[in-house]
Amino acid sequence: MSFYVVQFITGLASACSLFLVASGLSIIFGVTRIVNFAHGAFYMLGAYVAYTAIERLGPALGFWPAALLACVAVAAIGALVEMTLLRRIYDAPELFQLLATFGVTLAVEDLVLLIWGPNELLGPRAPGFKGAVPILGQLFPTYDLLLIGLAPVVLIALWLLFRRTHWGVLVRAATQDREMAAALGVNQKWLFTSVFALGVFLAALGGALALPREAASHDMDMSVILESLVVVVIGGLGSLPGAFLAAVLVAELNAFGILVLPGVSMALSFVVMALVLVVRPWGLLGKPEALSRPPTGAGATRWRPLDTRGRLAVVLALALVAALPLVGGPYALNVASELAIFALFAASLHFLVGGAGLVSFGHAAYFGLGAYGAALAVKTLGLGMAPAIGCGVLLALAGGIVFGWFCVRLTGVHSAMLTLAFSQVVWSVAFQWTDVTGGDNGIIGVWPAAWAASPQRFFWLCLAVCALAAGLLRVILFSPFGYALRALRDSEPRAATIGIARQPMQWAGFALAAAFAGLAGALYAFLKGSVFPDTLGIPLSIDGLVMVLVGGVDTISGGIVGAVLFRGLSIWTISHTDYSRLVDGALIVALVLMFPRGLIGTISARFKR
Amino acid sequence: MAWHSGILSAALLAAALGGAPAWADDTIKIGEINSYSALPSFTAPYRKGWELALDQINAAGGVDGKKLEVISKDDGGKPANAVTEANELVESDHVAMLAGTFFSNIGLAVSDFAKQKKVLFLAAEPLTDAITLTKGNRYTFRLRPSNYEQAAMLAEEAAKLPAKKWATIAPNYEYGQSAVAVFKALLSKARPDIQWVGAQWPPQGKIDAGAVVEAIAKTQPDAILNVCFGPDLVKLVREGETRGLFKGRTVVSFLTGEPEYLDPLKDETPTGWIVTGYPWNNVSIPDHAAFLKAYQDKYHDYPRLGSVVGYSTIKAAAAIIAKAKSTDTDKMIAAAEDVKFATPFGEVTFRKIDHQSTLGAFVGKTALKDGKGIMTDVVFHDGAGYLPPEAMVKAERPKD
Repeated sequence: MSFYVVQFITGLASACSLFLVASGLSIIFGVTRIVNFAHGAFYMLGAYVAYTAIERLGPALGFWPAALLACVAVAAIGALVEMTLLRRIYDAPELFQLLATFGVTLAVEDLVLLIWGPNELLGPRAPGFKGAVPILGQLFPTYDLLLIGLAPVVLIALWLLFRRTHWGVLVRAATQDREMAAALGVNQKWLFTSVFALGVFLAALGGALALPREAASHDMDMSVILESLVVVVIGGLGSLPGAFLAAVLVAELNAFGILVLPGVSMALSFVVMALVLVVRPWGLLGKPEALSRPPTGAGATRWRPLDTRGRLAVVLALALVAALPLVGGPYALNVASELAIFALFAASLHFLVGGAGLVSFGHAAYFGLGAYGAALAVKTLGLGMAPAIGCGVLLALAGGIVFGWFCVRLTGVHSAMLTLAFSQVVWSVAFQWTDVTGGDNGIIGVWPAAWAASPQRFFWLCLAVCALAAGLLRVILFSPFGYALRALRDSEPRAATIGIARQPMQWAGFALAAAFAGLAGALYAFLKGSVFPDTLGIPLSIDGLVMVLVGGVDTISGGIVGAVLFRGLSIWTISHTDYSRLVDGALIVALVLMFPRGLIGTISARFKR
Repeated sequence: MAWHSGILSAALLAAALGGAPAWADDTIKIGEINSYSALPSFTAPYRKGWELALDQINAAGGVDGKKLEVISKDDGGKPANAVTEANELVESDHVAMLAGTFFSNIGLAVSDFAKQKKVLFLAAEPLTDAITLTKGNRYTFRLRPSNYEQAAMLAEEAAKLPAKKWATIAPNYEYGQSAVAVFKALLSKARPDIQWVGAQWPPQGKIDAGAVVEAIAKTQPDAILNVCFGPDLVKLVREGETRGLFKGRTVVSFLTGEPEYLDPLKDETPTGWIVTGYPWNNVSIPDHAAFLKAYQDKYHDYPRLGSVVGYSTIKAAAAIIAKAKSTDTDKMIAAAEDVKFATPFGEVTFRKIDHQSTLGAFVGKTALKDGKGIMTDVVFHDGAGYLPPEAMVKAERPKD
């Protein structure tokens, strides 16, 4: 019995550190509607800055003041980011802020490496909380007890701040209706900056408080941002008690889950999130989302089919690209094939996000299912390349049909989070089902058939397939089905009035987008000759969103241009620089600032003027 | 609006792909790929190691009268990037061979690429047994003592312990799984009386250390095998020490003695753990003294195990080309199969039947000295004595 009590308190300690980070994310989302992807980066900065502050100032100031000072410093950095970057793009499509914070994350990762060097830094233990006390005969770290005490204090302090102060009233007003708050004369700029700084302060505090338990390291940001995002969504977006409850739920399920299934930790929180979202779409303590703004891309531009001149230009451009083997060597053709594949991937994601208005944080799942389907067809069924690609598309389509059914039952961020959860579940199946998928060692030896093996032919194959598929997606967007999807995107009630039901239409759209992503993934398997779980992973899903947004989400060709630009850029930077993440991140931020409607969106708006 | 986007795409494509390879006949190029940005704590010293070897080789007149050049690429920790870069190195830079990689899956991806393109690949660091056994090919050679060898060295020590009840903690991916599997098989073979009472598989980089420590303690093992490293190891050690998990128990731990993982633990280094590693200031091998001096003179820093791996990789590459007197792949493979090359751990060769090098490793016990972790009771094991048995290679490795 005493074991279970101690395991429970141990879980509680993990829950508390999780809550501290998640609370900041929840506050920022609640007010600014920004999914702050850089939250993990600020957590990491909190840990590193606190490390340095405690080393340098600790002897003079003491441990706690030095750590707090570090958190304030990081919060100031956060405020600066809000003022110089986010403040300029609140009016851009919602996902743009996600893109901007993603760029910040990439840059911070390399900056941390430049400033603090490559080694992990073992933080000092907190004075007075170094040892353990016996609880029911088992030793329990006193620091964990401190965390267990601290989290409820933070929760209550935040509650008082929001309920009992003038500032809190303004924040709640803005959370409920931003336009109305602004109309009543509330200075939103400073309100948002202060809320963002508070959220970042909590992230940094989470990082600083992690130091006595672990080392500051370069990859601490990614796992934290995902875990805390999951906690916020399970608890209900914007609900602090919900986040607390969700943190306890996830941590306790993990603490006891590993006793039964020692490998359960990998996907547990995502499975819980998927289950909660299916049963309670707004999270445990969340409320239905009030639509304060029209959804992504709505009505920004009216799409028209290409005129004759436009069609000719596309044919000409394709002919030019198809002539590449005349000038480019095998490496150039290899890169060009990859760009074509990612153009199709981005086009399929754009179809979903821009066309159907369904945001996906997990589109790589279908790309990866396509790749795995093709690779498994070659390796276990012994099929040739063409039928294997067909198998890949079918597997992705099947995934799209199953997961899409659940995802279209929700809307907005919740639907997007469900796509994320499913992609993470698929990823951990590929990662753990070693007998079939080879686990993280992947499947190798998936090379193109002899007739397509030369770089020229494989390039022409990719170009032809991807151009046709992207063209087909465009045709679908201008078919009655496409108009129905866009009608639902722009106004569900009006679409319903003329007899278009949302769920079946969007379900079909979801499955279609999955199949096209699967086609891209299947080609990718043959391009690389191998498949690994990272083709299903969140980073690739994010890359897809970056491509679509950089190109312009409310233009049809934006995804394709964004893919060519962003993928081409990342191939170049990683091959030619030592700090590719810094360059990529800085460029993303610059693009967001210069082209707040995406590259093509901004350029074509200028042409029209 | 779409027509200019089409033209923009074409222009971008053309801009991205320009540039012809520079080609000089008096240099031999080696294409090197590693996870520089994803795993800097290992790869930064690794890079210093191979740069030192390169300087030494070129100062001594190069290879076969030609200057040796290394073109180095970062794969960002992703196999797909590594394959693209391998392609660039082979097709645009016309390198004589490929070398490097850290993660097992990247090693396997590049190895398969090398097989497809018929290029020699010298895998520096990937530990997976698959790269020389189940997925081995004639184009791939591996330098570092494999997972199997390290498990064999540790199992030999573990068999001498009185402990009967064992529990394992390992990261939940191929490396952790196969490390545990081989260790278990070898130890159970040597000591049929041993019981395996518990196992924990935390996700790599995300260990919930408190819960894992309690779950292991509940199974009341006499000894613990640990395969976690990096940030996970730090968390595990802190929680384990505070909660008294290691009190009265022996711990056998993979890689913990490597400076990359031992040094961050500083004065909290657990004592008495049986580990594989690299006690850089306590090595009695004569070749090592020269390496240590040259390294410290050049960088004013001590070498990590990564430095030794990087240094030995380029030394091996140079020796292979010098022996083959050619950069023809088949001739280099023939030369590599019994080449002898100098490493800081003495002279090493590649075994013909599985292309595994005979580089050895150190086994010792962790201890604390002046607030830093060190290895004591260090024994150097020559890799040749711990290679997978020939029958195992014959059964598992595909025929060329």
